Amino acid sequence: MSTLKFQSQAVAKPYFVFALILFAGQILFGLIMGLQYVVGDFLAGAIPFNVARMVHTNLLIVWLLFGFMGAAYYLIPEEAETELHSPKLAIALFWIFAAAGVLTILGYLLVPYSTLAHITGNEYFPTMGREFLEQPTITKIGIVIVALGFLFNIGMTILKGRKTVINMVLLTGLVGLAVFFLFSFYNPANIALDKYFWWFVVHLWVEGVWELIMGAILAFILIKTTGVDREVIEKWLYVIIAMALITGILGTGHHFYWLATPEYWQWVGSIFSALEPLPFFAMVLYAFNMVNRRRREHPNKAATLWALGTAVMAFLGAGVWGFLHTLAPVNYYTHGSQITAAHGHMAFYGAYAMIVMTIISYAMPKIRGIGEANCNRAQVWEMWGFWLMTVAMVFITLFLTGAGVLQVWLQRLPETGEALSFMATQDKLSIFYWLREIAGVFFLIGLLAYFRSFFIKEKIA
Amino acid sequence: MSESFTKGMARNIYYGGSVFFFLIFLSLTFHTTKEMPERDNRVNLTESVARGKALWEDNNCVGCHSLIGEGAYFAPELGNVYIRRGGGNIDAFKSFMRGWMNAQPLNIPGRRQMPNFHLNDQQIDDLAEFLKFTAEMDVNDWPPNDEG
Ligand code: HEC
Ligand code: HEM
Ligand code: HEM
Ligand SMILES: [Fe+2]
Repeated sequence: MSTLKFQSQAVAKPYFVFALILFAGQILFGLIMGLQYVVGDFLAGAIPFNVARMVHTNLLIVWLLFGFMGAAYYLIPEEAETELHSPKLAIALFWIFAAAGVLTILGYLLVPYSTLAHITGNEYFPTMGREFLEQPTITKIGIVIVALGFLFNIGMTILKGRKTVINMVLLTGLVGLAVFFLFSFYNPANIALDKYFWWFVVHLWVEGVWELIMGAILAFILIKTTGVDREVIEKWLYVIIAMALITGILGTGHHFYWLATPEYWQWVGSIFSALEPLPFFAMVLYAFNMVNRRRREHPNKAATLWALGTAVMAFLGAGVWGFLHTLAPVNYYTHGSQITAAHGHMAFYGAYAMIVMTIISYAMPKIRGIGEANCNRAQVWEMWGFWLMTVAMVFITLFLTGAGVLQVWLQRLPETGEALSFMATQDKLSIFYWLREIAGVFFLIGLLAYFRSFFIKEKIA
Repeated sequence: MSESFTKGMARNIYYGGSVFFFLIFLSLTFHTTKEMPERDNRVNLTESVARGKALWEDNNCVGCHSLIGEGAYFAPELGNVYIRRGGGNIDAFKSFMRGWMNAQPLNIPGRRQMPNFHLNDQQIDDLAEFLKFTAEMDVNDWPPNDEG
């Protein structure tokens, strides 16, 4: 028995399931790296650090993309009040993307990276070997093809159905995601230009178009779980994304402080990026406001918890931890330190990992035909997962921040000659890294509790 | 939010604001790319530097190291290693690089490892030229000291 409004929404299921499997892989490789940080030769021959890092970050990006696509396949038909244009295409693209993803990860793990570059013809069209964009060029082309098919599918669905604000904002975000990814194909021999446009992918994703995606999903969940009037929610959504783009576009300048670029970026970047926390703060106000003004008690308590949690954690990770190092005079000392890693972790988890788990929490019981919500016991497991992962991430962030502050103190602030070398500094930070690794193990336990919640069936009394 | 502030107003701010600031961003980008030749050291972008960058990418050095503060934080910053290890002299730096790359992995128990990439002397020289190039870019005096 299905509890879906439109049968085609069910194509979201493989996307969600696969996303979560990749998430587990991401965490395992995170823990391997976390150990290599303190036991330097751990698995150094079999899985060098750089390989583990590629797997960790690429799995992250790919599972978030699967999550976003699943979210779109689920909510766009419901908003448009029509079946998805082509469920078959959605399933075909799922398999293509999954195969390309798995092959790429296996490539990282099984052959030296330079061999992978060679056999995929990187010398003819070099795009590899840059942070987050390590995928072979052929994989990147595959991603573009999948994205085009996906956008066609959801675009046609919206075209023939109701054009709600949520659908239009989500579509804009997803089109933006695809468009800015095209900059990954631009890789000039001039490293300064390469880096400048690399940020068009990375920054304009997470501090630009992805915020539209996050805002749209959050708005959808709030309408569904609180029953608050759509007009009110849509007005908030516009305000949030307006703030996001007005601050975030010129906020890109916070990456152009030390990049063979004119000094005015230190002003432009500092001022605009200092305002970037605003949309995240607005999301917190909005989520709590809507939940407090709710007109119904939705039985899916876990989904509401995720929705509130993602707003709070995104504000902390992106807003507060972003602000911490975004002003040019501060960034001069913190650039590329463990402070950056602390911020990257909490921001990615709080904003994007959690928004995907929010929509999964809401949608999965319906897709699986369980009903409006999972049984109470399953929700309790899910909420244990929520709290363990979230609190663990708070600690990971705090320990990395501690490491970062000490690193700046020992290695960056003193003059040449007095400053400790990089490797000597790392030795002094090892207690923080050990604590981070322990927090990471708690994160994994939280993830397992979360997974467990999917397998709990209602007890028949 | 107050009732007099309507959804239509919010929508207009969104469209107007994002288009406006996106256009400013494009103009600044245009201006920046015009200014960059003064700073990004491109007059010294030789064939060897370009090959060095390709080797840098094909071996994913950025997966452990940062380069001018971007990349990974597991191993030393290399944007200025030409200064730190070569004292700003290309011959000294090339001989350091040959020694360093060929000595890997150091296999010191418990210490973070750098793999051996089996590069020949020409390739190591190209990498050295690339790292000299990055050290000579004008990046507003980053990093704060030679330790990177
Ligand atoms: C698996 C991680 C890893 C990769 C990949 C890697 N390195 Fe390293 N590298 C290290 C570590 C760790 C050190 C510090 C070793 C030590 O001090 O014992 C290091 C040190 C260096 C140093 C000396 C820096 C200094 O200030 O002392 C140079 C130069 C260097 N690497 C160049 C490269 C180049 C060029 C590449 C790519 C071809 C590369 N590395 C790839 C891990 C890596
Ligand atoms: C959800 C949104 C965000 C995500 C996912 C995110 C993620 C990241 C990541 C992964 C990096 C490291 C990039 C690299 O490897 O070089 C980074 C860097 C940075 N972020 Fe964010 N970020 C977000 C929002 C913000 C906000 C709102 C601010 C400012 C208020 C900010 C300020 C910075 C700065 C200044 C850096 C550069 C750090 C350095 O110099 O090393 N970020 N961010
Ligand atoms: C739970 C245990 C985890 C551990 C032990 C861990 C560990 C690590 C390590 C060691 C790095 C490399 C840092 C470096 O370059 O030196 C890294 C990078 C990264 N991880 Fe994790 N990670 C974990 C979970 C996560 C989660 C849950 C997310 C996001 C949802 C995440 C997102 C990232 C990102 C975005 C980077 C790149 C950061 C940057 O470039 O600044 N990680 N992680
Ligand atoms: Fe940014």
